[in-house]
Amino acid sequence: MPTIWLVLVLIALSVAGFFLGRSRALASANGNPKNLHSLPSYYGHNVALSALVPALAILAAWLLLQPMLVDTRVSNMIPQEAVPEGTTLGLVMSDVRRVAEGLDIAVAQGAMTAEQARNLRTEFSDVRGLLGEVGVALGADVRPEVMRAAQAYRTMSNTGTTIMTIVVALVAVGGFAWSYGRTHKDFRARNVVEQGIMALLIIAASLAILTTVGIVLSMLFETRNFFTLHSWTDFFFGGTWAPNFRGDSELSILPLLWGTFYVSLIALLVAVPLGLFAAIYLSEYASAATRSFAKPLLEILAGIPTIVYGLFALLTVGPALVRFFGQGEDGILGVEWMTGATSVLTAGLVMGIMLIPFVSSLSDDIINAVPQAMRDGSLGLGATKSETVRQVVIPAALPGIVGAVLLAASRAIGETMIVVMGAGAIAKFSANPLEAMTTITTRIVSQLTGDTDFASPETLVAFALGLTLFVLTLGLNVLALYIVRKYREQYD
Amino acid sequence: MNDMTVVDNTVETQSTKIAAQNVNVYYGESHAIKDVNVEIEDKTVTAFIGPSGCGKSTFLRCLNRMNDTIDICRVTGDILLDGEDIYDKRVDPVQLRAQVGMVFQKPNPFPKSIYDNVAYGPRIHGLARNKAELDEIVEKSLRRGAIWDEVKDRLQSPGTGLSGGQQQRLCIARAVATEPEVLLMDEPCSALDPIATAQVEELIDELRENYSVVIVTHSMQQAARVSQKTAFFHLGNLVEFGPTGQIFTNPEDPRTESYITGRIG
Repeated sequence: MPTIWLVLVLIALSVAGFFLGRSRALASANGNPKNLHSLPSYYGHNVALSALVPALAILAAWLLLQPMLVDTRVSNMIPQEAVPEGTTLGLVMSDVRRVAEGLDIAVAQGAMTAEQARNLRTEFSDVRGLLGEVGVALGADVRPEVMRAAQAYRTMSNTGTTIMTIVVALVAVGGFAWSYGRTHKDFRARNVVEQGIMALLIIAASLAILTTVGIVLSMLFETRNFFTLHSWTDFFFGGTWAPNFRGDSELSILPLLWGTFYVSLIALLVAVPLGLFAAIYLSEYASAATRSFAKPLLEILAGIPTIVYGLFALLTVGPALVRFFGQGEDGILGVEWMTGATSVLTAGLVMGIMLIPFVSSLSDDIINAVPQAMRDGSLGLGATKSETVRQVVIPAALPGIVGAVLLAASRAIGETMIVVMGAGAIAKFSANPLEAMTTITTRIVSQLTGDTDFASPETLVAFALGLTLFVLTLGLNVLALYIVRKYREQYD
Repeated sequence: MNDMTVVDNTVETQSTKIAAQNVNVYYGESHAIKDVNVEIEDKTVTAFIGPSGCGKSTFLRCLNRMNDTIDICRVTGDILLDGEDIYDKRVDPVQLRAQVGMVFQKPNPFPKSIYDNVAYGPRIHGLARNKAELDEIVEKSLRRGAIWDEVKDRLQSPGTGLSGGQQQRLCIARAVATEPEVLLMDEPCSALDPIATAQVEELIDELRENYSVVIVTHSMQQAARVSQKTAFFHLGNLVEFGPTGQIFTNPEDPRTESYITGRIG
């Protein structure tokens, strides 16, 4: 029975549980809801939730774990010598899964009986041809040990699924019966449902956290693999980034880190003054009417996809900068400083524009959090608006603004699309903002895209780069949040 | 101390400092102040009393044009400071606020050092030519604010670290540091305990020597203790204005009597 039917049956059971639970509760109170501890629907919800939630949880866990267990056991069946030269066990296992899948399809289409599928032998029949007829194309003839493994795989999966269906159904019926039996007019269904809802919310929150932990752990493992293949001293302290897919690469993060910081610095030099001044205007000077349309307009900038900013960098800002700083005699300045459209300045300018709403909207909130009493005090002493802003509001809001800038910086460091399109691809140390440079994020993209071998240091370096980037931005975020929180305590 | 005893504060013959004529204030559609006429004398403490929402704070904020910072607020009529209309187009509200200082309901020291809090006004208005003069102004102001002895050893520590009563006296010192002619106080003691209140009230009485002080208060005892003139506001109208002793002992208007005896408000 496909899993979707099982889920539908569970839902049906749960809906039935709702109505049955409710009517049983009402019956126990002689039809008068006032005699019940809780509203009748709570009794219904209680039965419905106890039938559905534990069963669904077990189903989800089973679906996650079963393939892993079956995989491990089947791969133990494959002898070491059955793995051909030049491939890995993983590749053989994917063959096994493909054959097992093909047999499933063949049985489902009626091309062979379940009995035949179990007893099929490569020695006696053309399995590749048989599976080809039902639309499963195999790259090579099926070897006997793969065939046997695939059949074992099928058997185990089928047995597993059958057991799963039985267990899940039992749990659902058990939950149903247990809470249906408990349904009585004195039963505190409302409190039980409240606890159930809290449990659901906790599960949602922990899933989010566990995913983060999972991502970090997977990066950690791959990074460890990378450091077994490549020396960590070269990664952290080397001076050259020269990946070479024939091996013998120099993979140092430092030139990339320099590019990242340089682009981010220019971006912040653009975004912080513009964003901060926009926030000051909006929160201190603008009338309510101006504010009501200017603020949403500014925040539209935050909604533009970064790939569009990338296009803007490549097609508009880059060529404009070249017209200004390049083209020799034909250029506006008549100099030949810039040759290509991609440069640190191009990417930095555009990224700065992207960050303006980020800085302005955070600073605006922080400036608004400065008590009106501060402004009144200053204005009441005969200070002008700008004196008040400069000497009272900004100093009071400064920790929060620093926090906002740090958050913007971590956005800039992690930004990818704009630098992929605007900054170029050359890893080097240079102080000239008109030259093309590259950043950590663009190198991660280029190391992982394309036809690459996932066991070479040239690919795995992407995980080390990613982890370093993650640590950097996490550190900045933690620092920023610490500063913002410390500031908040000042007025509460 | 019998709070309701009205001391016959000596009122010397004084010139009018602020004269308000037919002042109306509107917040958008609502009419907050209706045709108020009042004359505030120099070197006198004038108290504004009345129930919450009667417009006394609104009127106070008209006297130094603090209402300008509220977009929907509109003021008509004339308010004359030393005979000159403060709502005249040629008057710079920023300059006016240096002349007419203000102390607010909640102590609002800036998140700066005690010294910088007091030096804020003099620095903005360029009252000191050098550090020594500024030091002198700060010391004089803190002495006038009756807080010098408590803070003289920690002028560089933050003003927000003082107690509520000290903060309010610091704010008064900050206001007098710009050498205003009039000092407006909007319920300056409402956030303070009785001891701090007594200190601030004593201070207000001393300030009378140099300034014209206008104080808004919810406490009738306070009005009786510190003021020489009292104005009673009700629903945006100035109901009665006269010497404090007369308002509290022999009010002319029945509404004033109801309020001071606690029947309305």
